[in-house]
Amino acid sequence: MLEVRNLSIAFKASVGLKSAVRNIDFIIRPGEILGLVGESGSGKTITSLGVMGLLPPNAVVTGGEVLVDGVDILKLPPADLRKLRGRHIAMIFQDPMASLDPIFTCGDQIVEAILLHEPIGRANARRKARELLEKVLISDPDRAMRSYPHELSGGQCQRIMIAMAVACRPRIIIADEPTTALDVTVQKQVLELLRELNGEVGAAILLITHDLGVIYEVADRVVVMYAGDKMEEATTADLFAAPRSDYSRALIDSMPSLGRNAERLPVIERDPSGKVSSVRPEPRPRPASAAPVLSEGDRPLLEIRDLCKSYWIKPSPLAVPVEMRAVDRVSLTVAPRTTLGLVGESGCGKSTLSRAVIRLYKPDSGQILFKGKDIAALSDKEMRPFRREIAMVFQNPYGSLNPRQTVAQLVEAPMVVFADGDAAKRQRRVRSLLEAVGLPATAAQKYPHEFSGGQRQRIAIARALALNPSLVICDEAVSALDVSVQAQVLNLLKDLQAEFDLTYLFISHDLSVVEHVSDTVAVMQKGRIVEYGPVAEIFGNPREPYTRMLLDAVPTVGSMRGGKAAP
Amino acid sequence: MNASIAGALLLVARKLLTAIIQLFVVATLIFSVMYIMPGDPVLLLLGADSNPSPEAIVSMRSQLGLDQPVLSQYFVWLWNALHLDFGKSLTNGYPVANYVMQNLPRTLELAFAAIIIAALIGVPLGIAAALKRGSTRDTVLTSIATIGISVPVYIMGTLLVLFFSLKLGWLPASGYTDISRNVFEHFRKLALPALALGLGLAASIARMTRSSVLEILGRDFVRALRAKGMPERRIIWQHVLRNAAIPIVTIIGLQLGNLMGGTVLVEAMFNWPGLSTLLVGAVSARNYPLVQGAMLAIAAAFILINLVVELLYSLLDPRIRRKRS
Repeated sequence: MLEVRNLSIAFKASVGLKSAVRNIDFIIRPGEILGLVGESGSGKTITSLGVMGLLPPNAVVTGGEVLVDGVDILKLPPADLRKLRGRHIAMIFQDPMASLDPIFTCGDQIVEAILLHEPIGRANARRKARELLEKVLISDPDRAMRSYPHELSGGQCQRIMIAMAVACRPRIIIADEPTTALDVTVQKQVLELLRELNGEVGAAILLITHDLGVIYEVADRVVVMYAGDKMEEATTADLFAAPRSDYSRALIDSMPSLGRNAERLPVIERDPSGKVSSVRPEPRPRPASAAPVLSEGDRPLLEIRDLCKSYWIKPSPLAVPVEMRAVDRVSLTVAPRTTLGLVGESGCGKSTLSRAVIRLYKPDSGQILFKGKDIAALSDKEMRPFRREIAMVFQNPYGSLNPRQTVAQLVEAPMVVFADGDAAKRQRRVRSLLEAVGLPATAAQKYPHEFSGGQRQRIAIARALALNPSLVICDEAVSALDVSVQAQVLNLLKDLQAEFDLTYLFISHDLSVVEHVSDTVAVMQKGRIVEYGPVAEIFGNPREPYTRMLLDAVPTVGSMRGGKAAP
Repeated sequence: MNASIAGALLLVARKLLTAIIQLFVVATLIFSVMYIMPGDPVLLLLGADSNPSPEAIVSMRSQLGLDQPVLSQYFVWLWNALHLDFGKSLTNGYPVANYVMQNLPRTLELAFAAIIIAALIGVPLGIAAALKRGSTRDTVLTSIATIGISVPVYIMGTLLVLFFSLKLGWLPASGYTDISRNVFEHFRKLALPALALGLGLAASIARMTRSSVLEILGRDFVRALRAKGMPERRIIWQHVLRNAAIPIVTIIGLQLGNLMGGTVLVEAMFNWPGLSTLLVGAVSARNYPLVQGAMLAIAAAFILINLVVELLYSLLDPRIRRKRS
């Protein structure tokens, strides 16, 4: 049993301490799953590291107790605490592939974890490791034993991590965003596995996540955290039926969920007194200055015909390379001022497709008709005028902005590349773009690290709009953001679409987001489009089994899976 | 399992082939450079001052094979070089191969001694600095390393001689004693030149080790290992260092390669009769066959060392082992 009492953690700042987590308390009983939910910066990960005694050197526990079976582990000497880790308290991390040492085989790493706490001999440990891999339902346990982490998929690596975590039958398992990096279908399997194993091992599980759908499906009780404070603790059913705190209500509201295709997503706002509320902002009116909506008839802005792109890979060192069709005879059309949502699991070819459209790759065959002109085979020079028409917003707002440039320089860059106007005109354009994406004018002189993830994505969007493109490709543009920030950015994208006559190719693995933003949807599997049509049709009445499976795997509030009763 | 053995063999074969091609290209370059260079070896050999007769010049030219077409000279030279026959020294007629075989081991010995000293000092210092990042220890070690990198080898050598031989009188200031004559004296004379070379290299190895270890310490899997309950010491030795080793091995290998031609100053300073000394002497005497032989030996040693380093990578990193093949 894990009991956390009044735990407070602070970061060492240049002057004194900066409080990160204040007076958190909760209890997890054996066999129970407690969900800890909150947005980034809410203190949920730092709480879990505090419980493990693994706080980074710049963080200190300023008060409270962490009781494991009645013993306060915060008072234990480091050596004793270390012996508890892995044996009594195990942890599962967000990025499974990065959490395994790349130069040891998976088998060796599980064996190592067993031998650390149970000196049963290498041969016995190997046998046990193999049994564990069978238990976590890995497809080929013998192969997995001798594989290096990079040879396995993310889902398989997470199974390895889970096998390692349950190896010594710990009493407490802390799972920090265990499925965030995984596809929905894999997420579903991993969550089911965690639940099942827990029935057997009887550990107390602390499940940390930002995804309310995941909480809904597997947690028994929930603790909601916001900005370092515990907002609410409730059973899962109660939380979703009648959230008590304003924050929980706002959080639940701002989540786009399947079948609730509201035009605007509510966002979370906090007034100066600290009171949290959920606000559903009105769409921005189309400015009078905007060009009138032209009726271009039914001519699509983008039409893709029979597009193919292959990679050649060697299955083994001496083998002849075989063709891997990343994009296999894909045909799609996107009408102007609409959004095409492209969904599929990782590796299905959706990013390859988008990069072919923006001509980062040359496709092997097929046509890409942009405003009626085939750009598939253009040379780099011929492609140049089209580059200003097609812009891209990438997934990671931390990696896609040069940290050494100011926001003004970043947003101005495309105009400089295309020698658009003089410096003064460009500066005016930067100001109006920043305003359009909802950033203050003072942002222009700052650097990317001074902004939050959501703000950075706004900067990236402003940059994408700098040359007045007609097509914007959003490659997982909101996947790295918290739900409430995601809601803000999604609202922004809709506003901008109306304001600037934008057409979006919106790529995401998140089906609820795609349902929310798209007019038409294409479902991609192994390089092919398996289903394609208006959003209501695809989500309301999917014909393909693959689409049904994807939809079914999305953890959704209000569903009745995971053997739980409806709230 | 068979596939991975085949993969490993294929990798070795490919690296070997690359090395052979490199060596061939270098040999060609060396030959053409010598051909383009000004100065006629025949005149040099006969003594330009003694005003040799045209007949003597012609007969010497044909004796040396210099009257043949360039291409055939090249192929003859290449064919002979393949059999380790680099011709004869123009000054005394001894086979060049004998000189090379005599001096190459001395340079190799000096280089290896220097690199071992550098690694033995640099790697532990780098680890020590990384483990206490931002502490006084780190600052002091990093500053010393920076100074170490910036001190030129002849200053380092002078300081060492001043201190260890002139002031303390522990070690001889220069010279060479063959190991077959006196083992102890041999190593006493090796100590100072090796230290002079090694200390500067130790500094850059220390810096590389520090940044490499720091990079690995920040990885997710280190946190996961701590969560498994592994003792910190074992995390460092078993996981962090093995992961950090690749850039360290790279820099050590590169330095060792550079030492093949980079010992000139130290060899001159300490009267160490190595390959560089031989090369410098041969160049100033326009002793072309000797220059060619010495250069080829240096290049071959460099390429061989790089080959070993690249094969070491694949041992250290399974990702390279499987991906490249």
